[in-house]
Amino acid sequence: MRGARKAAYPYAVYAFTFFTAPLLLILFYSLTRRGPGGVAFTLDHFARFFDFSNPQYMKVLWNSFRIAFYATALCLLLGFPAAYVLANLRPRWRNFFSMLFILPMWMNFLLRTYAWMALLETNGIVNTLLQKIGLPALQLMYTERAVVLGMVYNFLPFMILPIYNMLIKLDNSLLEAADDLGAAPWQTFVRVTLPLTRPAIFSGINMVFMPSVTTFVISRLLGGTSTPLIGDLIEKQFKLVDDKGFGSAMAVIIMVFILAFVALNGRNEGEEMVF
Amino acid sequence: MTNSNIIELVNISKSFDGDLVLGSVNLSIRDGEFITLLGPSGCGKTTMLRIIGGFLFPDTGRVMFDGKDITRLPPYQRQLNTVFQKYALFPFLNVYENVAFGLRIKKMPEEKIRARVSEMLELVNLPGFEKRGVTALSGGQQQRVAIARALAADPDVLLLDEPLGALDLKLRKAMQIELKRIQQQADITFVYVTHDQEEALTMSDTVVVMNKGNIQQIGTPESVYNEPINAFVADFIGESNQLEGIMREDYLVEFNGRRYRCVDRGFAKNEPIEVVIRPEDLTICPPEQGNISGIVQTCVFMGQNYAIEVLQDDYLWTVHSIYHAAPGSPIHLYLEPDAIHIMKEFDNDDAYPDDPEEELLAGAEEEEL
Repeated sequence: MRGARKAAYPYAVYAFTFFTAPLLLILFYSLTRRGPGGVAFTLDHFARFFDFSNPQYMKVLWNSFRIAFYATALCLLLGFPAAYVLANLRPRWRNFFSMLFILPMWMNFLLRTYAWMALLETNGIVNTLLQKIGLPALQLMYTERAVVLGMVYNFLPFMILPIYNMLIKLDNSLLEAADDLGAAPWQTFVRVTLPLTRPAIFSGINMVFMPSVTTFVISRLLGGTSTPLIGDLIEKQFKLVDDKGFGSAMAVIIMVFILAFVALNGRNEGEEMVF
Repeated sequence: MTNSNIIELVNISKSFDGDLVLGSVNLSIRDGEFITLLGPSGCGKTTMLRIIGGFLFPDTGRVMFDGKDITRLPPYQRQLNTVFQKYALFPFLNVYENVAFGLRIKKMPEEKIRARVSEMLELVNLPGFEKRGVTALSGGQQQRVAIARALAADPDVLLLDEPLGALDLKLRKAMQIELKRIQQQADITFVYVTHDQEEALTMSDTVVVMNKGNIQQIGTPESVYNEPINAFVADFIGESNQLEGIMREDYLVEFNGRRYRCVDRGFAKNEPIEVVIRPEDLTICPPEQGNISGIVQTCVFMGQNYAIEVLQDDYLWTVHSIYHAAPGSPIHLYLEPDAIHIMKEFDNDDAYPDDPEEELLAGAEEEEL
């Protein structure tokens, strides 16, 4: 056991250098200001974000959560049935189809998103097809819907995989027991299958929601300026405005919100009963 | 127990991937009896139980329940409940909700559910366990909850699939008596599957001995033990000495080079037969009264008695006696004519696996089905 513990030291060093230290640095930046007299403590960055007379930043935060919520809900609505069908296939087909679901992830994330741009552009593939069959072209790119679509497309596997893994491990005798006790197939699903897959559903929600809230690539490429997300805002502070303090403060704020969300989610996971 | 049949299996057969698991089985189960399907792993007993439960449909034949054909009915529409081998309790529900599961499906009012659940927990000796989580319970307690859950819906028949298999010996013995009590108290039919012959003999009103997808013998525990119909049954139920013999004439049999009086007749003259003799039917006696004599090879204390191995010519007899016998010393045994069981020759090769590992493998296969 002691040897095993020692084996974790390299990771501990790694984690401190690349996770803990940068986090502390961000926290430091968010609470300080570089003035003529050197570095000074300040809460200005946070005050600026939570300025109720000018709530533009809070609006962006709210939008980020709203859009991430849409994406997560859609992923769940699409992902659970997909995982369910997948898990109930014969093992040979099951492996084949689950590979198809993962296949897009072998491609670079940016490339995948660019592919969607090619599809959705004003003169893109979708609109060309629409016009060919005599329908008017649509404004698809640079809309909120395009951003949600990009999130769903990119993050759907994160919803499907945990649920699928849970479903194939499901103890068949529990389903038989419900059947035996008089539950019709849909009652077995609601009363046994769903509660048993609940932890996987919640971990899927976490895995989709978190990258959706913080992404800036998807909103930039597919949303243009129509839907600035908090991730865009943070990126801009570092790369354009060079306001490390304010950027860090926003990073801290989003982190606190995500932590709260995960904690809420985690409490649900631990509970004994749902229905 | 009444004389009317609650379940009838008519010409049931079933194969998996071309392997015949059940071959045209007929069985009548009387209302209120404790019937045990007994046989080695892979004999088809679990398949038969799952066909009765509705988890499998037979390839041919009919399942009749109370006079109605239920062959194609799914489990949730059948008036019977199952206690599963590994309990299959819902891990996300507490004891109360597990037992109440079937009642909630039936939309029973809450106060009735509460009364029924506590009645059931009383019956299985777990009063006050309502709020406990099932995963924290011991194996024996989980077993009891599984029984309470299955009985709560007030089924006419309870199916039990090797329910004591995972318990340790002492607990298993206690649960055997408990199960018998529960069955009598609830006054319903139990269909019990086991490979443990002692379990079958202890609890059952009727024992159905199965092998290779066929029923070998149906009878009371006493009759299958005392009058096994063939060498397989004799070998599977209890210990026995088995010898090849020849029926010289009515009431006279020859085995191990000697002739003995017996109580059987109706065989052809000089017909080859098999002889089965129970170890406890061989009694140690003074030399002048004995009709079998040999040299003691080993003598092992078994708790209630000694297991003594006696070599006579080439045959090694197994004898159960309350008396100790010193290895190496001569011994004389008396065998009564009616303790000699004579049966027609029977192909007993690989009748059941002696190798425990092989048995485990076969058991795992059976579970898959």
